[in-house]
Amino acid sequence: MLGIFLRSLLACAAAALSALSAQAAETIKIAYTDPLSGPFAQVGVQNLQQMQYIIDYINAKGGALGRKLELVSFDNKSQPAEELIALKTITDQNIPVVMQCSGSNIAAALIDAIEKHNDRNPDNRVVYLNCGAVATELTNEKCSFWHFRFDAHVGMKAAMLVRALAPDEKKVYLLNQDYLFGQSVQRDVRTFLAKYRPDAQIVGDELIPLGKVKDFSPYISKIKASGAQALITGNWGPDMSLLIRAGMEAGIDVKYYTLYAHLGGGPTAIGPAGDGKVYAIQAFNENVAVETGNAELENWTREFRATHDFDFYGAGFRTIFEFIQAAFNKAGSTDPVKLAEALEGMTLTDMAGHQVTMRKDDHQLLSEYFAAVFAKGVKYDSEKTGLGWKTVTTAEGKDLAQPTTCQMRRPSS
Amino acid sequence: MELILVTLLNGLVYGMLLFMLASGLTLIFSMMGVLNFAHASMYMIGAYLAFQISQAIGFWPALIIAPALCGVIGAAIEMYGLRKAHRNGHVAELLFTFGIAFLIEKGVQMIWGLAPVPYRVPSALDFALFTIYGTNFHAYRGFMLLISMLMFLAIRLLLTRTRVGLIIQASLTNPEMVGALGHNVPRVFTTVFAGGSALAGLAGVIGGNYLVTEPAMAFTMGPIVFVVVVFGGLGSLAGCFIASLVMGLVQSFAVVFDVSLADLLARLGIVVTARTPLAEVLTVPLPRIAALLPFLLLVLILVFKPRGLMGTRDT
Repeated sequence: MLGIFLRSLLACAAAALSALSAQAAETIKIAYTDPLSGPFAQVGVQNLQQMQYIIDYINAKGGALGRKLELVSFDNKSQPAEELIALKTITDQNIPVVMQCSGSNIAAALIDAIEKHNDRNPDNRVVYLNCGAVATELTNEKCSFWHFRFDAHVGMKAAMLVRALAPDEKKVYLLNQDYLFGQSVQRDVRTFLAKYRPDAQIVGDELIPLGKVKDFSPYISKIKASGAQALITGNWGPDMSLLIRAGMEAGIDVKYYTLYAHLGGGPTAIGPAGDGKVYAIQAFNENVAVETGNAELENWTREFRATHDFDFYGAGFRTIFEFIQAAFNKAGSTDPVKLAEALEGMTLTDMAGHQVTMRKDDHQLLSEYFAAVFAKGVKYDSEKTGLGWKTVTTAEGKDLAQPTTCQMRRPSS
Repeated sequence: MELILVTLLNGLVYGMLLFMLASGLTLIFSMMGVLNFAHASMYMIGAYLAFQISQAIGFWPALIIAPALCGVIGAAIEMYGLRKAHRNGHVAELLFTFGIAFLIEKGVQMIWGLAPVPYRVPSALDFALFTIYGTNFHAYRGFMLLISMLMFLAIRLLLTRTRVGLIIQASLTNPEMVGALGHNVPRVFTTVFAGGSALAGLAGVIGGNYLVTEPAMAFTMGPIVFVVVVFGGLGSLAGCFIASLVMGLVQSFAVVFDVSLADLLARLGIVVTARTPLAEVLTVPLPRIAALLPFLLLVLILVFKPRGLMGTRDT
C-alpha cells in the first residue's frame, strides 16, 4: 500500500516537474551573435543590453503567440569562422531567428552559410535578422530570402551624409576601414559626392586595417596637411573613437561627418572640445523624443538611462523586436519560412511614430533616419559628457529608398 | 616641412612608448636570455591596475603603486615558476611564459570583463602643451616623452654606474663565478625579472590611457615589442632605444607618404598597368602596409645583420 502511495507520489512529482520544464521551454528563443570580446566588444555588449531592455518591454506587452521571447547571446569574436560555429549551435538548438549587427564581412559569410543550411535542412531553417551590417551589397548582389536588414544600408546613409555637408565645405577627406563595409562606404560616398556635390573635391582617400591602428596621430597630421574641411568616415568601435580623440587632441580645424560617432565610446572620445564639430547619421537619439514632444518615448528612454551607464540609441533594435512580435503573431507559428513570409512587406509604426516598411524586393527596411550634431545645450547628454545629439535633419524611409538590383531566390516549397 | 615636423613628433611619441615597453623586455630577454612571452601581459596588468587604483585614489599614486605591484607579480612568477622551468632549457621557458600570458589574459577578462575599461588621461594633463603649425601637442604626450627619457637614463645609469648594475651584468655572463664570489645569483635574477615586469607595468600605466585598455592589448603589443628588442640587438639598451625610435618613426612616416612600388617603378620608366604581373602588390599604397613594415625590417635585419643593430651577443 505504502509502495503504491510512494510510487504515485513520485509520478505526481515527475509530472509536475515535466510540466514546469515544458513551461520554461515555451519561450521563443532569439539568438544574438556579435563581438562580446576583443576590440569591438563594447559595441556588442551595449547592443546586447539594449536588446535585453527591449525584450523585457516586449514580453511585458505579451510577447508573441502568448509566449515570452528569450535572448540567447553568442560571442563571434569579430571572426566569420566563429560566427559559423555559433550558427551551428543555433540550428542544433532549433532556434528560429539569428541576429548579427557588427561586421559586414561576417554578415556576408552568415548569409552564405544560412542559404546552404536552409537548402539542405528544410525542417530546421533559420532566419537572419540583420541589426547593423550595412554594406550595400548585402541587399543587392548578395541578397537572400532568409536575410532581413533592419538598418539603413551604406548607400542610404552615404546619401544623407553627403547632403549634410555644409555648402562651403568643398575639400573632403575619406577615411575608412579596409574591409567589405569600409570599401562600401568609400565607393558610395564617392558616388553621392559626384551626384549631389560636384563642386566638392576629394583631397584624400584612405583605408586603414580594421581594429589594428592604436595611434591615429599620423593620420590626423596627414588630414590636416591635405587642407581638408570635412572628414567623412564610416569607422566604428575603437577605430572611430581613437580617430576622433586624436583629432580633438590635435585640435585640427575640420568637421567630422561620421556614420557611428554616437555609438559606444564615441561621445567620450569627442568630449567638450567637439561642440558643433561632429555629425552622425543615426537611427535615433534620445533628444528626438524631446524635439518631437513624444512624452511616452521620452519616459521609455529615460528609464533606460536610469539603469544603464550609456544612452539608448537602438531604435532599430526595438523595431526588430516589434516586427518579430507582429510577424510571429501573423504567422501563427514560429516556423522560419512563415516568419519570413510574414515579415515581407510588413509595415508598422515605430517607437518614434514613423511608418517603417520591410521592402519585399530586397528585404531592406525603410525607416526614418536622423542627421545630428554633437552639441551643448540639449536636454539629454551622451555618456555623461554634458553634450548630446541635436537633430539637424530627419528623413523619412520612403525618401531614403534606393533602387535595388536584388534577384531574390525564394524557397520552392 | 610642416607635415614632416609634426610626423616626426608623432613618431617620437609612439617610438618612446615602444621603448618603455621594450626596455623591460631588454632586461629580461636580451640580458637574462629568457624568452618572456608574458611581458606584454605585464603591460596589460599595469594598465588595468592603474585604472583600478586611479578610480580609487587617483592617477598619481597609481603611477607608483601599479608598477610596484607588477614587479611583485613578476618576482613571484620568477621565484615559483620560471626558476624551475629555466633548468629545462629555453623551450620549457618559452612554453611556460606562453602559458602565463594566456592565464593572465583570461584572468583579466574574468575580473574586468571583455569590453575596454574607461581608463582616462588625468585631467591635470589634459590640455594642449603647445601648438605647432596649428596642431596641438597634447600635454600627456609630453609627459610620456619625459617619463620614457627618465626611464632610459635611469636604467642606463643603474646598469653601468652602480655596484648593483655591475653584479647584474656579471651574473648574466658568468653566473657561477659571481656565485663563487658570494653573491646570491638567483636573487639577482629575481630582481631583474621583477624590475623588467615593473617597467612593463609602468608602460601600461602610461600607455593604457593613451591608447585603449582592453583584454586584447597584450596580444596586439606583444609581437612589436619582440621586433624592437631583436632589431635593436640582444644585450644592448642603446640598441633597444634606437630600434624603438626607428619603429615609431617608420610607422608614422609610412602613414603619411602615399607612394607605392608602382610609383617607384614609374620613376625608372616602367609603367604598371592592371595587366602587369603582381599589379595588386605593386600598387598597394604605403599607408596600407604601414603596420607591416616593422616585421619586414625584422626579417631584413635577421638576414643581413643577425645580431641586430648593436647586439653584443647571440641568443
